Amino acid sequence: MPQAVVSIITLVVVVGALWLFLTRTVIGRGFSVPLRTVLRRSETAEYPEKPRPVAPRFHGRHQLNRYPDGLEKCIGCELCAWACPADAIYVEGGDNTELQRWSPGERFGEDYQISYERCIFCGLCIEACPTRALTMTHEYELSERTRADLVYTKDMLLAPVPPGGKDTPHLDREVRTRGLNYYGGLAVTPPTLHGGDYQQASNAPSARAGEVLPTGTPPDTDLEPEDPAVVGAENVLRSRHAPGGSEHPRTRREQPEEER
Amino acid sequence: MSEQKVTLTIDGEEITVPKGTLVIRAAEQLGVIVPRFCDHPLLDPIGACRQCIVEVEGQRKPMMACTTTCTDEMVVKTHLTSQLAADGQAGTLEFLLINHPLDCPMCDKGGECPLQDQALNHGNNESRFVDEKRRYQKPVAVSEQILLDRERCVLCARCTRFSNEISGDPFIELFERGALEQVAIYEDEPYASYFSGNVIQICPVGALTSASYRFKARPFDVRTAPSVCDLCSAGCTQTVQSRHGEIQRQLARTNMPVNEAWNCDKGRFGFKALTSEARVTTPKLRRGGELVDASWAEALTAVTSAVTAANGKGAGRVAVVTGSRLADEDAYAVSKYVRTVLRSDDLDFRTRFAPAGERAALAALAGRETASYADVEQAPVIIAVGLDPEEEVPILHLRIRKAWRNHSAKIVPVGPRMGSMAPFAYRRLATAPGGEVDALRALGAAAGARDLDAPEGYDDAQVRGVLDDLDGVTGAVILVGERAPAGALAAAGRLADAIGAKLAWVPRRGGARGALDAGLAAGTLPGGRSLEDAGDRADVEAVWGELPTVAGRDLHAILTDAAAGTIDVLHLIGVDLARDAESAALAEKALAKVGTVIVQDLVVNATTEHADVVLPVTATQERHGTLTNWEGRRQRFSQAISGPELVQDDWEIVVQLAAMLGQDLGWNDLEALRGEMTRLGPRDGVRDWPALPASAEASDDEGMLLVTYPLLLDRGTMLLDADDLNATARSPFVALHPDDAARLGIADGDLVEVGDGTTTLRLPARVEDDIVAGAVYVPTNSTDTPVTALVPVAGGPARVAVSVSEPAEVGA
Repeated sequence: MPQAVVSIITLVVVVGALWLFLTRTVIGRGFSVPLRTVLRRSETAEYPEKPRPVAPRFHGRHQLNRYPDGLEKCIGCELCAWACPADAIYVEGGDNTELQRWSPGERFGEDYQISYERCIFCGLCIEACPTRALTMTHEYELSERTRADLVYTKDMLLAPVPPGGKDTPHLDREVRTRGLNYYGGLAVTPPTLHGGDYQQASNAPSARAGEVLPTGTPPDTDLEPEDPAVVGAENVLRSRHAPGGSEHPRTRREQPEEER
Repeated sequence: MSEQKVTLTIDGEEITVPKGTLVIRAAEQLGVIVPRFCDHPLLDPIGACRQCIVEVEGQRKPMMACTTTCTDEMVVKTHLTSQLAADGQAGTLEFLLINHPLDCPMCDKGGECPLQDQALNHGNNESRFVDEKRRYQKPVAVSEQILLDRERCVLCARCTRFSNEISGDPFIELFERGALEQVAIYEDEPYASYFSGNVIQICPVGALTSASYRFKARPFDVRTAPSVCDLCSAGCTQTVQSRHGEIQRQLARTNMPVNEAWNCDKGRFGFKALTSEARVTTPKLRRGGELVDASWAEALTAVTSAVTAANGKGAGRVAVVTGSRLADEDAYAVSKYVRTVLRSDDLDFRTRFAPAGERAALAALAGRETASYADVEQAPVIIAVGLDPEEEVPILHLRIRKAWRNHSAKIVPVGPRMGSMAPFAYRRLATAPGGEVDALRALGAAAGARDLDAPEGYDDAQVRGVLDDLDGVTGAVILVGERAPAGALAAAGRLADAIGAKLAWVPRRGGARGALDAGLAAGTLPGGRSLEDAGDRADVEAVWGELPTVAGRDLHAILTDAAAGTIDVLHLIGVDLARDAESAALAEKALAKVGTVIVQDLVVNATTEHADVVLPVTATQERHGTLTNWEGRRQRFSQAISGPELVQDDWEIVVQLAAMLGQDLGWNDLEALRGEMTRLGPRDGVRDWPALPASAEASDDEGMLLVTYPLLLDRGTMLLDADDLNATARSPFVALHPDDAARLGIADGDLVEVGDGTTTLRLPARVEDDIVAGAVYVPTNSTDTPVTALVPVAGGPARVAVSVSEPAEVGA
């Protein structure tokens, strides 16, 4: 019998016996576990040095968002606090003034606190937020040395000022000069803003709520910019003559014939 | 009057209703709520919002349920059974939402908004409207208190109808047309109404908000408690809403027999005093000339030792004055405490100096059935004596106005000034101040009242006119204000008996009627009993034990004796004598002279400056209790918030004082106290009206007669810190008759001086026909120096000199 044949037969027998031992006997099945594990790729994460990515919709620490020009999105409505099942959120609204404007509209979140002792990361607050001011980040490293430190205040939660933006508060005047439409798809921008062309409004507010759409061109004068969307000042009506020729017919129809 | 009935079918259900019923009301009776915005049961139908579309069989087009009256055999299909109606309503809602801003997250109405609710119930999830919304500047202040957000308005005209129909202050109106139609005020004319808060409550969207509640809370995060307003004797039921233990707002609670669905701005917004800096939160004692905080034990000991020392000197050295602001239980407790523990009868609940004979007249009134709001509403003739209802009891003003508007009730004001009744008074009995009695006597004598003789030489065409008005009329009402002069109540009572009219005594303050029922005046006992009547005494002694035998002194006597130094302890419960007493000069003298002044009050005021002991008490919103309104109707209120830690109810303080003075008043909780009050119910039998005092002699003194009563919004301490409300207060003025103005060379708007030689008030003049010649009207408590400073220490009619203020002194 040639040497090679003997070797092959011996190998088959040894491998077969080993296979039978590892799969058929109790002891062998037990030994097979460490053997398999030894061959597997290591699962150990180098956590603090190399944190692993989380799922895209992971519910982490909250963030209070800003518009690209730096204005805050929070309007201080407290709906997040009301949605919170753990009573972890405290909000106090304040009034925007002509000289200190934090957010578009009348109100802004003056005080904003989330207690991470209480938060259960359910995300009901961000669903309740009408302006998408509150969202959740992927940050999950939320441990502090004292209970008090677990109460995150507005300055800790507020997103950084985007590039090109300006930290709040802004002047009312400069905000108006920008001529931005803060409520995205909720078309509050009139068609003839500063003589610009008709801007097709979207009908899908939630999808575009984060976007700020520049419409028209800012006026190049130093005059106090008017808010042309407002059709009545105080209780006295004034006519709306938009600069430039391209006036939308609908706007014309709304105008009173003569100034009263 | 038999009512005609009609039978109709709504959604397949048959219903029979009185003729003239609106379809929307008939549907409500079946439990079918047709969506609506403009419809309000207390306002006239208008059909402005077009939301309540229903299908009526046989009609070419859908109909408005809120403007269509039921007819016999009508077949109505609402949105529940008719696709046409449902589509119509959905379409209207979609149109309403086109220009309605989506700022619900920050709108005050969010959570209690009919538009929000209906959009949620019947509306589409998505809007088909892609264009820009109409935008207005927001908010516009139509008054200091009321803010208007025109973007949110759905033009239902509820507010403008309320101000036209109910309150009669049509300062807001719909302007413009079409897409630009909007609610607005006239230029330079703010929405100055004492009832403006109601438009906020009835607004079906968040278009009208109040400066004081704006952004304060949400309907879903407030704690709500039923309460009764204690700021006047109208007895409006209210809803008190609090958050974080602080009152956020007060709303009118629907109570058709009393305040219907309304209240006045004072009741709605006047609750800030409870949290003001001036609130007394701890007992205070005067040490080294300063009021310093003390413990209850120290303060109560100071009171009892002063009382014991004074009583040791002899009788009549302790007197108690309660303002008319106490709850019924407090009034009863104080009444029992003074009679059985202090063994005194020197007690008064009035801040006026009671005219002669008033006690007997009030006692005669106590057992009788008096007029109610319903009587006022139905009355064909209303005679009002010494009353300016809008300034004193605003909800009564609304009811008088309703009687005038609904069935042209003949309103007859008697007295020197008509005030708020001027626009709808039918006939006027103008008299000089104090002359009301003669007018009533003349009326009563002519009407054949018993024991009433016509005053000599009194002949008035107007009196004969009133008699013609009263001829053949049933259900007339006579309202006598608390400031009516001596004998007016008795004369009015006799007149009422003669013509079969209903009578009511209308005090200004919330606790006055309860105080009267509890016997908080010298010589009176609970339930209209008299201290001098042996039977009445026996009734009360059976429950209370031994009583003093001699009737005590009233406020004028108390203050006069105190100023003379024969009173050692003056215990003031809920009364700011320094400002409110009829004669500020006498009050000042008395307070300065009395050895120990004990003040039991909510806030630091002009009187606490003289106080030696100040005891902090709970406000109405901070406790349980009952209040009696001018009708004699007792209404319970319950605790809405917990007050400062150390405050106590007035009756609790009295119980402790009694215990420390060695006597048990017999109860330690409200239930037991109420039980005893019930046992001492109203007296059996009606007393006859007392004899009238002799007519006052016409005096030839120089000067003009002073007429004064407070405006609704004045310098009262209960309005402290209610800044938005106080900003709507009417500014003080001096009202003069044109003849007097011409004689004195005064033009409307001139700055004039009103004075008695020592004290002078400088106010703008208002030349008006409303006041009789020879008299001036000045609001009581609207100036830094109250006009009561001009009243002589003897009380009674004050004569003042009026002259144009020298320009050089302007601004001095």
